[in-house]
Amino acid sequence: MSERFDVIVVGAGPAGNAAAYTLAKAGLSVLQIERGETPGTKNVQGAILYAHALEEVIPDFRSRAPLERQVIEQRMWLMDEGQACTGVSYRDDGFAKEPGNRYTIIRARFDRWFSEEVEKAGAMVINEPTVTGLLKDATGQVVGVKTERAGGEVHADAVILADGVNSLVGQRAGLREDIQLEHAALAVKETLFLSKEIIDERFGVTEGQGVVIEIAGRITHGMVGTGFLYTNKDSIAIGIGCMLGDLSQRAIAPYQLLEGMKRHPMVKPLIAGAEMKEYAAHLIPEGGYKAVPTLYGNGWMLVGDSAGLVNGVHREGSNLAMTSGRLAAETLIELKARGAKFDAKGLAAYKAKLDASFVMKDMKKYADVPGFMHGNPHVLHEYPQLLNTAAREMIRVDGVDKRTKQKRILAEVRAKRSLLGLMGDAVRFWRAFR
Amino acid sequence: MNDVTLPTVNVEQKLFQNRYRVDEARAHIRIRAQDACGRCETKPCLVCCPAACWRLENGTVDVVVDGCLECGTCRVVCTAGNVEWDYPRGGFGILFKFG
Repeated sequence: MSERFDVIVVGAGPAGNAAAYTLAKAGLSVLQIERGETPGTKNVQGAILYAHALEEVIPDFRSRAPLERQVIEQRMWLMDEGQACTGVSYRDDGFAKEPGNRYTIIRARFDRWFSEEVEKAGAMVINEPTVTGLLKDATGQVVGVKTERAGGEVHADAVILADGVNSLVGQRAGLREDIQLEHAALAVKETLFLSKEIIDERFGVTEGQGVVIEIAGRITHGMVGTGFLYTNKDSIAIGIGCMLGDLSQRAIAPYQLLEGMKRHPMVKPLIAGAEMKEYAAHLIPEGGYKAVPTLYGNGWMLVGDSAGLVNGVHREGSNLAMTSGRLAAETLIELKARGAKFDAKGLAAYKAKLDASFVMKDMKKYADVPGFMHGNPHVLHEYPQLLNTAAREMIRVDGVDKRTKQKRILAEVRAKRSLLGLMGDAVRFWRAFR
Repeated sequence: MNDVTLPTVNVEQKLFQNRYRVDEARAHIRIRAQDACGRCETKPCLVCCPAACWRLENGTVDVVVDGCLECGTCRVVCTAGNVEWDYPRGGFGILFKFG
């Protein structure tokens, strides 16, 4: 291909699509290259769509995008090793009346739709060639990409790398290092099919409404991780992710964790009778703010997972991805309008925009959390157990007076954690999360 | 903490539901040097791969990429940097129907 473009976007996931769409809408010439057969075939997500991020790219997406269910209820469960589970839930039927804030989506379907929108906006989208490297000129400025096809070199004034958590293109071009073991989480998930009516009934919702369940505790056997269960229209997404370093050190296979969670008495009845139609796995960058690489240079920018933009505390990634893609695009649009170069000096505005947005503000807020979790794994292990023990003791009516019960609970807590330990946990937790 | 018995899982059965376009001409993941695997005591690849692609056959580590989910786990978890990891050729490999 001898054509030249303003921008090449590598990857057609949420970040890449947001970037390509925004650029095309502004009239820049965009080539987007996706290695999958179609966009979505190489992507994995829970998946929750946070409306705000997409609204800023496609304001009327609700009438166009393939959305599964509008989330009106969030449950958080803390499970112990055996049969017990303590939880909280938040439900607001008011959520159902206003434009949805969160929706469950099926990633492959969603990406395919988003990509169609990108094409309608005027970008050229090519599926299947894999970008194998970047082209640089003598000064080190990125001037295009090369693909695995013979003669597959394409030139552009800037390249946006939206090539995901493994970011091979970025690594090979020397723009970033590989993700480190201590910063990677591995998640496995299954998509289980059930009828709409059964899902409505089991989760206590009416058509089109959905429930999100986040699960933590001993389902990860003392390792740092969480599980999830999301309701789609006629399927359930169920998965569990854990820090890869922990899995490696404990020699536990991810699919064993998933099976354990599926068998838990709280989960099993919800998925009974479902037909498993896909099993997927993906790495998630969970190093937080401290693991974010340099995000731009002469003629290049990183967006989405390849930029390490995931807020693990709130399980947000796709909204950071879309926002970063949009901000990267806006940076280029503004530079082009001024007739300015796409060099590092100009692209610094991308980082500035990220810093001013919730993306970096949230990443910075939780910068110490990965370290805290690594140093205090008992938080996800002991506390759920203690909570369950306390609940069990208080809820059981057996003739023992309540004050004695309370003493028993406190004794158990002190034995497991000690008063000093508890206070220390509280202080460290506050420092890391505030 | 006590280790609980973990369930045995038939991973192949799960992968059977997935859609793949296998590249017969090219395996996208290779072991760089077999002796590095021989020296590795923990071999986390055997346990952590979500598709159970990594096996131990007669004391030798082997990887069969037909069921690969292209997550990158093996590359990241190998402490010897002994995994030559690449994507399959465009359009090949796992093709997620739902993701």
